[in-house]
Amino acid sequence: MAAFPTQFAALEPYADWALPSEADRYGKRITSTMDELQEFYDAAFPLLDSSTEYLQGAPIDGISDEDRNLLWLFSSLITVSFPIECWRQPTVPDSGPASIDVTVEPRP
Amino acid sequence: MAHFSKPAEGSWTEHFGLSTEPANYADSISPEFYALEQEAIFKKTWLNVGRVEQLPKAGSFFTKELDAAKTSVLIVKNRDGELRAFHNMCRHRGNKLVWNDFPKAEVDGTCRQFTCKYHGWRYDLDGKLTFVQQEGEFFDLDKEQFGLAPISIDVWEGFIFVTFNPDPQPLREYMGRMGAGVEGYPFELMTQKHTYRAEIGSNWKLFIDAFMEFYHAPVLHNRQSVSEESRKLAKYGYEALSYDIDGPHAMVSSWGGMSPPADLNMVKPIERTLHSGLFGPWEGPDIGELPPGVNPAKSPAWGIDSFLFFPNFMLLLWKPNWYLTYHYWPTSYHTHIFETTLYFAPPKNAFERLQQELAVVTFKEYGLQDANTLEATQTMLESGAVTEFPLCDQEVMLRHLHTVCRDYVEKHLSNAGAVAAKGV
Repeated sequence: MAAFPTQFAALEPYADWALPSEADRYGKRITSTMDELQEFYDAAFPLLDSSTEYLQGAPIDGISDEDRNLLWLFSSLITVSFPIECWRQPTVPDSGPASIDVTVEPRP
Repeated sequence: MAHFSKPAEGSWTEHFGLSTEPANYADSISPEFYALEQEAIFKKTWLNVGRVEQLPKAGSFFTKELDAAKTSVLIVKNRDGELRAFHNMCRHRGNKLVWNDFPKAEVDGTCRQFTCKYHGWRYDLDGKLTFVQQEGEFFDLDKEQFGLAPISIDVWEGFIFVTFNPDPQPLREYMGRMGAGVEGYPFELMTQKHTYRAEIGSNWKLFIDAFMEFYHAPVLHNRQSVSEESRKLAKYGYEALSYDIDGPHAMVSSWGGMSPPADLNMVKPIERTLHSGLFGPWEGPDIGELPPGVNPAKSPAWGIDSFLFFPNFMLLLWKPNWYLTYHYWPTSYHTHIFETTLYFAPPKNAFERLQQELAVVTFKEYGLQDANTLEATQTMLESGAVTEFPLCDQEVMLRHLHTVCRDYVEKHLSNAGAVAAKGV
């Protein structure tokens, strides 16, 4: 069974990024290599960039499983955008031992 | 070069009557001073512990660990819909009343009554003792005398406050002119919330210092902007639109934001596609006219107001109509727990949800940079190698915060001295 709506089939190899918690999305980011993050970003970013209307037409109330998976995958893309667009490394520079952990988050 | 006007005195610091001499951080590296702050500040002022949305119905409760006031509090909505606060402590032998698995972990939920894990004593939602195991074994026990120890509680604009002061100033009066100026903001509409927590290795005041000045922003956070924009921001530096002080409270009103940016090349690709960023979605929900205390300079360049309601509650109102709170809960002279909650109007569709997610994640990236810098500052301040630090006019609210803390402590000591002198 497909994780995503049909027009997003190209994202199926990256379905393991469809994680409902920000803690898990960030955890996967900082334990990935830059090559892995770049590959995911290159596959997902163009689809996000061309899907504004689709996403605006996906209401949160009663959201389908496929759209919810898409929402979580694009949420992962957001956290991955920082290593790709700013840092050139998976973690925040000079953040060392610091951590800021989510304790309450909406689903979705 | 000045971009925004300053008061007639020539500087904000002199305008507020604050010293322009180098500052000293002895108040941030001393266990003795922290012990005095606990008594003089955290046991005397109103403390914001949550919001009314956390207690939707009768029996809804949550606990809050307040190391700074040396206690844990239990907040509950009773059957009449009124809020009650108690020390989270059984009247029998002092066990912590409400907790699960880990006594230091905060909990929330809904219940009909509270039952102590130790000997089964029960209390109703008004804190009244209703059941004593083997009551006949006690000696003339009058249950009326052994209800939970109450704490003063009040609500301002949906924010729940408690105080341990036996004779507190009314909360609304305590919030002062700046509190009055934001009354009417539709906090109740912004119920989509994201909460973050961090254990920080610094004195609580140092993190407030970091968030009450933006002088650091173009430098510490420079790589979060596209490089051309970053160079421009660094050259420009930072100047606030205005500052304000009312008693112990303070605020800084700031320009900024990209909502929308003048030039799309100024922002990163993820921001360009989602129309969002640190300042939130570029097009926020319509919430009508803002209260008069917001954007006090009435500047068209306005982006954000940061209020510090003393001692440790910060409220940030952003131009695209969302808000966040910061709390700094001391756990020792050189550690504290930092909490932030970002509040948005509930998103209607997946795109709006992603716009909010970008604001949340951007906050976290900035916060991680800030948090680690604080530990680095604390350890060097504690070295005592240098004790005088020049502060610029854009750091005026740091001077104010540390001055207010020292004043509270001095007043506390002189009151204690007066009591001792009377031989009471």
